[in-house]
Amino acid sequence: MQPINERALKLGDDSLILGQRLSEWCGHAPMLEVDLALANIALDLIGQATLFLGRAGDPDALAFRRDVLDFRNCLLVEQPNGDFAQTVARLFLFSNWQELMLRDLCSSDEFGDIARKSVKEVAYHARYASEWVVRLGDGTDESRGRMIAGLDWMWRFTPELFEGDAAPLRGEWDARIDAVLGDAGLDRPKDSRPILGGRKGHHSEHLGHLLTEMQFLQRAYPGATW
Amino acid sequence: MVSAQATHEVLEVLRHVPDPEIPVLSVVDLGIVREVRDDAVVITPTYTGCPATLAIEKSIREALDASGHSDMRIETAISPPWTTDWISDEGRAKLRAYGIAPPSKHGARCPQCDSAGVEEVSRFGSTPCKALYRCRDCGEPFDLFKCH
Ligand SMILES: [Zn+2]
Repeated sequence: MQPINERALKLGDDSLILGQRLSEWCGHAPMLEVDLALANIALDLIGQATLFLGRAGDPDALAFRRDVLDFRNCLLVEQPNGDFAQTVARLFLFSNWQELMLRDLCSSDEFGDIARKSVKEVAYHARYASEWVVRLGDGTDESRGRMIAGLDWMWRFTPELFEGDAAPLRGEWDARIDAVLGDAGLDRPKDSRPILGGRKGHHSEHLGHLLTEMQFLQRAYPGATW
Repeated sequence: MVSAQATHEVLEVLRHVPDPEIPVLSVVDLGIVREVRDDAVVITPTYTGCPATLAIEKSIREALDASGHSDMRIETAISPPWTTDWISDEGRAKLRAYGIAPPSKHGARCPQCDSAGVEEVSRFGSTPCKALYRCRDCGEPFDLFKCH
């Protein structure tokens, strides 16, 4: 058997799991415009996942019939949605990283075609989330408090983004994040002990719950199509 | 051996295949058809997650079969990535007439009254390719085809 393309799995799983998380908002978002936005972002991410996972095997089989220990997404994307501010915090931290990562990947022989297509979409996601961080952070006491809590929840999962090859992205990511937090009048969350392991398949319990819902149909009716 | 004539014929067929989400545009107007070769039609998705992609491929397949071109394959290419620059001038005019502001690098204009006094309501509209805008002059909300 050929060794599975780990790189493709990491890239694909990040997009797949965040796409699935965001789709949980569909029909439940605080406003119609937000509902549409999150659903559209989810669609972009699931489209990217299909392309990346296609380089590792059959994307449907990888998405719907793989066990939790075999997923290689970072822990940040599997974190629960929480309230809208917590969802914004996760998208803000992740999309700003993903945009930088994809920008570098554009020159890769293996994934350049997918990266060049996806980076334009992700730049939009990053801008969207950044604007909401400013709107909530610079809003009412209530929205500000929730934005701070959302960022605090997600912050400890960000060091994992910069493991290995991605280490050089740290400086530019920090600058972007700090600029937006500055506009929002928010302090940078305090660094605590980083939580790592997603890339090796050591996931939080949240991923298992997500997969039970996402994979239910193909597990109950293997090979079902419609 | 397929002639230039036949390639031209296929393109004519494709000019009548509507985009499922913006049926006023054909898949050719939208720049989804990248190339017509002797043996294949090369198409490109607009957005990676555009749910219309499968429907588009299906309608192209049906149109090819119905016009006696069942030997033509359909290939998908994602590189170079699709951009709104590939929407034809004819496509832009059709969009405006339909009430959707065409993508513009010089700022959006209201498709109803042509005013430049417009504002963004939501960056994400009814489909991945559109944003929701409102005209401050005539008050009409409208979709803007986003530059991409
Ligand atoms: Zn107007």
